[in-house]
Amino acid sequence: MNNKVGIIGVGQSAFVRTYPGSIRELVFESFREAMTDAGIARTDIDATVVCSAPEYDKQRSPAGVIAEYLGLNPQPTFYAETLCSSSSTGLRLAYSLVASGLHDMVMVIGFQIMSQLTSNESQERMGRGADIQWESPFGTMMPAYYAMHAQAHMAKYGTTPEDLALIRVKAATYGQLNPLAVYRKPVTLEQFTDPASFLGGPVATPLRAGDCCANADGSSCLIVASEEKARAFSKKPVWIKGVGAASAPVNMAGRARLSGLDAAEEAARQAYKMAGITAADINVAEVHDCFTIAELMAYENLGFAKPGEGRDLIRAKETYKDGKIPVNVDGGLLSKGHPIGATGGSQVRTIVLQLRGEAGEIQVKDPVFGLVHNIGGVGLYGNVTIFGVD
Amino acid sequence: MAKNELDTRFSEFGTVSFAAVTRVNDFIGNLENGKLTGTRCVKCGKTFFPPRAQCCECLAAEMEWFEVTGEGELVSYSTLQYAPTGFTDEVPYTIALVDYGDYKVFGRIDGSVPQEDLSVGMKLKAAVARTSNGRLTYVFERSQVK
Ligand SMILES: [Zn+2]
Repeated sequence: MNNKVGIIGVGQSAFVRTYPGSIRELVFESFREAMTDAGIARTDIDATVVCSAPEYDKQRSPAGVIAEYLGLNPQPTFYAETLCSSSSTGLRLAYSLVASGLHDMVMVIGFQIMSQLTSNESQERMGRGADIQWESPFGTMMPAYYAMHAQAHMAKYGTTPEDLALIRVKAATYGQLNPLAVYRKPVTLEQFTDPASFLGGPVATPLRAGDCCANADGSSCLIVASEEKARAFSKKPVWIKGVGAASAPVNMAGRARLSGLDAAEEAARQAYKMAGITAADINVAEVHDCFTIAELMAYENLGFAKPGEGRDLIRAKETYKDGKIPVNVDGGLLSKGHPIGATGGSQVRTIVLQLRGEAGEIQVKDPVFGLVHNIGGVGLYGNVTIFGVD
Repeated sequence: MAKNELDTRFSEFGTVSFAAVTRVNDFIGNLENGKLTGTRCVKCGKTFFPPRAQCCECLAAEMEWFEVTGEGELVSYSTLQYAPTGFTDEVPYTIALVDYGDYKVFGRIDGSVPQEDLSVGMKLKAAVARTSNGRLTYVFERSQVK
């Protein structure tokens, strides 16, 4: 399957604490941006893939109501789900639908409204993305699983809570510049030890509140096109160069290690191989920093740093905009918030804008290859996608 | 139990159980008898924890129970100060993964073990216990064996 597949339109709603509307209205916000960006008509779209984490949705089978609201009948529409990486999975499906020649243009919609649940309820729902039979009865939640990874990483490599806090400080540096982010205040290392700041508040040792991203409401929209359509509609198509996806045991008891995510590493290996490049060729990356430790492990799982040396990258500010490998210069999930189903599409949007040279204040200098690392659950679903310019 | 009634013993497991019917419900019976158990495939010998009724290695569906005994090594842990709905009365509590060599076991560390005494690699042993709301569970305790 060597047909070139491009992205010709990207959109994202503002990620907010509480969206004052329904899922279809929220989706419309990113749909409008992507349609305008691509300059296409509704009738140009051959199919839609709709992505979210269903535990938050009251609406069963949301693809139907969304396709109707966006005026995308009678084209086929269907739903895709891999928890927090749902829209990367949607993109993978769109890629194959277009590369196979079945469709010329496919839209990937990601969304989530999380604000209708309390934070504790939300932890319970997301926790049920883990093993409900054998783990949930112990009172598990996503931050606690990632905290176990942090503890293991610290024990094995000597990574410190301060190293993790430095990742949040970087996120906030760029979150302040992102008008679509939910958290736009600066963060300092000192705040993590200041009792007056919420950032140092304990959540699940060794993770503190500042190590965790916030729930949010939001949507994202991507328009994926065949080479012919991409060249016809877009002056600057961004090409999908490599797609990688993998899975890992849900239950922690099935994991060979907790100091890294094997599914991310495997997905990265596939994506680099398909793109014919290595980690050193990546100029800008978006990684799944639902927690600070998740970004640190991503540095290592993606090959930006050797195992155990992720901390050296952040200490030397090599993942800042002017560093060796800029990571999450849009503020990441830590600043933008994490509306589960919308997150992957938002990451892709940032990379597409970077590769077009349209990223504004956060523009990295002349990037050729960009990478998106989007994880579902606690390393349960790993997705790595590589993008490039001509 | 009447013939047509579903065996829902698994709903007794943990502070809040999200499952009720499973082919490995004898796990609960074993806990009631003071034993934490996994399963071993009768055909190929593969051991499973958590226990399972079917073997993905050899496709057999005949399992025998084995007891989780002796010391395991603490792989990692986290103490929760914040909890999901249903568990908020129990904080702080510590979840952990313990490696027994052939298999690993996920669970909670007993509240009697001080948090400051925990370290990755320490030896722990599993024991059947009751949750704060009186339901069946198991915990990891400090090994008495030196
Ligand atoms: Zn077997």
